[in-house]
Amino acid sequence: MEAKKVEDKSPWLGRSIGRLEDKALLLGRGRFIDDLGAPPGTLEAAILRSPHAHARIDRIETARARALPGVTAVLTGKDIEALTAPLLGVLKAAAHSFPIAIDRVLYVGEPVAIALATDRYIAEDALDLIEVVYEALPPVIDPRAALLADAPLLHPGLASNLVSDRSFRYGDPESAFAQAAFRVAIDTRYPRNAATPIETYGVLADYDPGADAYDVLSNFQGPFSLHPVIAKALKVPGNRLRLRSPPDCGGSFGVKEGVFPYIVLIAAAARAAGRTVKWIEDRLEHLAASSCATGRLTHLEAAVTGEGRILALDWDQIEDVGATLRAPEPATLYRMHANMTGAYDIRHLKIRNRVVLTNKMPSGLNRGFGGPQVYFPLERLMQRIARKLGLDPLAVIRRNLIAKEAFPYRTATGGFLDSGDYQGAVAAALEEGGIEELYRRREEARAEGRLYGIGFAAVVEPSVSNMGYITTVLTAEERRRAGQKSGAQATATVAIDPLGALTVKVASVPQGQGHRTVLSQIVADIFGLEPEAVSVRADLDTAKDGWSIASGNYSSRFAPAVAGAAFLAASRLRARLQRIAASQLNVAADEIVFAEGRVSARGNPENALSFSRLAASPHWAPQSLPQGEESALSETVFWTPPQLAPPNDKDEINSSLCYGFIFDICALEVDRVTGELRIDRYVSMHDCGPLLHPAMVAGQVNGGFAHGLGAALFEEQVYDGEGNLLTGTFADYLIPTVKEVPAPMVLHRHTPSPLTPLGAKGVGEGNAMSTPVTIANAAADALGLDEVTLPLQPSTLAPRLYGPERRRKEKTLARGRDAVRE
Amino acid sequence: MPRLNGERRHRIAFTLDGKPVSGEAEPRLLLSDFLRHVIGETGTHVGCEQGICGACTVEIDGRPSRSCLTLAVQVEGAEIRTVAGLAAGPETLCVLQEAFRARHGLQCGFCTGGILVSLNALFRDKPEASEAEIREVLSGHLCRCTGYVSIMEAALAAQKRLSGKTHA
Ligand code: FES
Ligand code: FES
Repeated sequence: MEAKKVEDKSPWLGRSIGRLEDKALLLGRGRFIDDLGAPPGTLEAAILRSPHAHARIDRIETARARALPGVTAVLTGKDIEALTAPLLGVLKAAAHSFPIAIDRVLYVGEPVAIALATDRYIAEDALDLIEVVYEALPPVIDPRAALLADAPLLHPGLASNLVSDRSFRYGDPESAFAQAAFRVAIDTRYPRNAATPIETYGVLADYDPGADAYDVLSNFQGPFSLHPVIAKALKVPGNRLRLRSPPDCGGSFGVKEGVFPYIVLIAAAARAAGRTVKWIEDRLEHLAASSCATGRLTHLEAAVTGEGRILALDWDQIEDVGATLRAPEPATLYRMHANMTGAYDIRHLKIRNRVVLTNKMPSGLNRGFGGPQVYFPLERLMQRIARKLGLDPLAVIRRNLIAKEAFPYRTATGGFLDSGDYQGAVAAALEEGGIEELYRRREEARAEGRLYGIGFAAVVEPSVSNMGYITTVLTAEERRRAGQKSGAQATATVAIDPLGALTVKVASVPQGQGHRTVLSQIVADIFGLEPEAVSVRADLDTAKDGWSIASGNYSSRFAPAVAGAAFLAASRLRARLQRIAASQLNVAADEIVFAEGRVSARGNPENALSFSRLAASPHWAPQSLPQGEESALSETVFWTPPQLAPPNDKDEINSSLCYGFIFDICALEVDRVTGELRIDRYVSMHDCGPLLHPAMVAGQVNGGFAHGLGAALFEEQVYDGEGNLLTGTFADYLIPTVKEVPAPMVLHRHTPSPLTPLGAKGVGEGNAMSTPVTIANAAADALGLDEVTLPLQPSTLAPRLYGPERRRKEKTLARGRDAVRE
Repeated sequence: MPRLNGERRHRIAFTLDGKPVSGEAEPRLLLSDFLRHVIGETGTHVGCEQGICGACTVEIDGRPSRSCLTLAVQVEGAEIRTVAGLAAGPETLCVLQEAFRARHGLQCGFCTGGILVSLNALFRDKPEASEAEIREVLSGHLCRCTGYVSIMEAALAAQKRLSGKTHA
C-alpha cells in the first residue's frame, strides 16, 4: 500500500474545523430534493394506500378520479405490473413483490393506486374519487402467531409465513452446556422502530423512450447494490438506469434505503404518463409505509461457570420483517453474524435464525441495523447472569471480555476483530465516568427509598459491511450455485482543473454527516493547501461517476473506507505531481514537498513553484511532462479490503471490516409516583480509532445516543390486533425533544484499525446499539426487574412499579402476543 | 378577512424578509407550499405537515408560527420573516447563524431553518431568556441528527454574544 498513515503533523485532519456544508444550509440555501425544481409539465403524484392490513382487491374504479380537471392519469397495480418485473429479493424462495399492491394488500399503507396531476393538491383530490372494493382477509400481526400452522398465509404461493430457517453451530456447544455449572436464559422482544429523518422520501423520475432509459433523482442513500434490483424491476439494463442524488439530504440513518421501491413505482408511472413525475412523501405515508427496523423475538441461553465465565451461547432469533422480504433483508438478521458473541471471548455457540412475515410495513435499513436487536438480549443476559449468580454485573462483563493480547481476534463465527483494548476502555470509562460517585448516589438514594439504578453495556460496533454477509442466510450449496459475493469497494477521484484547483468526488451520498469537510481536510493536508481550496462532491450520478454496488452511506463506512479511498487517490496524484515537479525543479521526486500552496525542493524554499501552476501544467502542456509520465489530471481509486471474504463452507463470515468498541454506563432514577425515568448520568466510552473530525464524531455519538434513548423510552411502530397503525403522526410516534435528551459524557480511546488507510473505524451507529440496553439495564437495576420490555414508557412501568410480580409477567406476555401498547 | 371563493385563486401580497412579494393562491394552499413552490423561498422546510416537527417555522408579524398550519391567504398584508431573512448581509451569516456554524449546531440542516427563526425571535424579545426558556422554545423543534447537544451549545453561545447588543 502506498503512503500508509496520516503523517504526524497533519495540519487539518483531526481538527474540528467549520464545515464546508454549513454556510448554505444556515442561509436557507440548501439544495434538498424538493428545492431543486422540476422540468415544465412535471406531474405530481399522490398515492392511495390500503386501509386494511390484509385484503383482496376486488375492484378499483378510477373513472371519476380520471375525470377530475388537472388529473392526467390514475394508475393501479395492474398498470404498473405491465411495465415492471417483481423486485428481486435475497431469497429466491420468498415471494417477490411489486412496489404497489396488484390484487392483494398486505399491510396498512401499502400503495394501491397512484394519481398524477398538475399539482399535489389535485392529485390528492383525485385519491378521494377512487373507489376500491376490498374483501378483508384475516391479518396476522404477531410474529409468533404467524408461525402457527393455521396462521393466515401472507403469500399464497408460499407454504408458510416462515421464509427462512437456518441453524448454525460453532465449536462444541452441546458439551459446553453439558459441563456448565449454570444455564441462564432470557427472552426478549425488540420493538419495531424507525429513525424517521425529518426530510421524507422524494423521487423525480423521467423516462426517455428514445433510449429506453430512466433518469431518476431521489434521496436514496444506497447501498447501490439495489441499483441492479431497480433496473431489473424497470426491465432495463443497468446502463439505462441513471440514479442521481441531490446535493443535500435531510437525514437518513439508513431509512432512505427504503425509497427504492418508490423509485420503481414513480419511474414506471413516469413512463406510463409520458411525463416527468415527482413525488414527495408526507409524514403519514412515511410513518406507515416507508421502512422501519425489524422486530425481534429472542430466546438466548448461556452456559456459565460459577464465576460467571460464559462457555457457550445458544441463540434462537425470530425476525419480523413485515409483509415482504424486501432486499437487502434479511440482512438485519445477519449483519451481526461475525460478532454474535459481542465483546466476549466465547468459543461455542448455536444460532437458529428464523424470518417470518407479518401484515406490517416491510423492514429495511435503520441506524444500528441488527445491533440493537442483538445487544439488547446479549447485554440483558449479562445482567441476568450476575443476578442469578449473585455477582456484580460489571464483574461478569469484565470476566468475559476479550483480552487485549488476543487481538486481532477471530470470533467463533468467523469475525476478525481487527484491534482493541476492551479491558482498558472499560477501566478508563469507570474511572473517568465516576463510577464510585454513582455507586454512592445509588446507595444514598436507596437509603431514602428512591428508585435509583445503574446499568452497563459492552458493545462491539461493526463498520464497513462485507457485501457477502447477507448470503450467510443461504446454505453453502446455495451460495455456490448463486455465485460468491464479498468485499466492500469504496471509490474516490481527485481531479485537477485548468487553474490547478482540486475537486474530490466520492460515492458516499451523505445525509448531513459532513463528509465533504473531512475529505477537504484530507486532501488539503496531502497537497499543503487550505481545505476551502478543495471542492468536494459526495452526491452520486451513476451515469457519470465511479461507483460500485457497495457505494452509498450505510454501515458507518465513510471514515474507514471512503475517506481512506480519497486519501489513497490523493496520495497517488501527489506522487505523479512530485515527479513532474522534480523534472521542473531539477531535484529527485522524493525531495519535493507540498506546503502552503507551494511546491518546493526540500530545504531550498527558493527552488519552488506555486501549487496551482504545477497542478495545471498537465492541462496546458501535456507534451512537457517528463518522459514516461502519464497525464496527472485525475486519479481514481477503487479500494476493497482483502479481509472481506465470502462465507466459507462452515458458515464462518467476517461480516464487517472494522470493529470499534463501546462501553456505556447509565445511572438513572425512576419516579415512584409518575414512573418517569430521569437519567442522572450517561457515560459513553468509544474506541473508533483516530478521530478525523472530533466535533463530527461528537455529533454522531450524540445523535446516535438520542436515537438509542428514543428507542429505549418512546419509539415503536404500534399496530392493533387488526393491523391498524396507531402511530401515524409525530404526536403518536414520539421522538425525543431537547427536553428529554441529556448530554452524555462522551469518552474516547484511540486504537487504530490496522486494516483501514487512516486507521479509522465507523462510529455512527454504536449508540443506537448500546444505549437502549444500557438504559434497560439501569431501569432493571432501579426496579429490581428481571424482565424489561421496550419502550419503557411510564404507562408500562407503572404497573410494574405497583403490581405484584405475577401480574407483571402476564402483562409482558400479553404485550408480546398482541403487540398492543398498554 | 374578505370572503374567499374555494374554487378560485386569489391574489395575495405580503412582505417577505423585508421585500414585497405577491402571488396567486387557492384558499386551501398552505403557506409553506406558497413560500416554497409559488415564491421559491425553499429555505423553509416541511417535515411533517402535522404541526409538530417545527421545520416550517416562520415569523408572521413577529410571532414564530408553523407555516404548514397556516393558509397562504391568511397572511395577506403580513410581515413574514424566514430563515433566509436572518442573514447579516446577502452572503453573510448573522451572529446566531455563525454560532451554529462554530458549534456544529447542525448536521443535515433540514430542521435548522425553523430553529433559527424561533431562536431569533426569542433572543430579540427576551434577550435574557433562561436556559430553561431556551429549552422550552427548542422543544418545539424536532432534530433527528444532533441529539440537541450542539444546538443548545450554539444557542447559548449566540445569546452570550448577542446580549448587550440589539438584534434585528
Ligand atoms: S412541517 Fe410544519 S411543523 Fe412539521
Ligand atoms: S440537523 Fe438534521 S434534523 Fe436537525
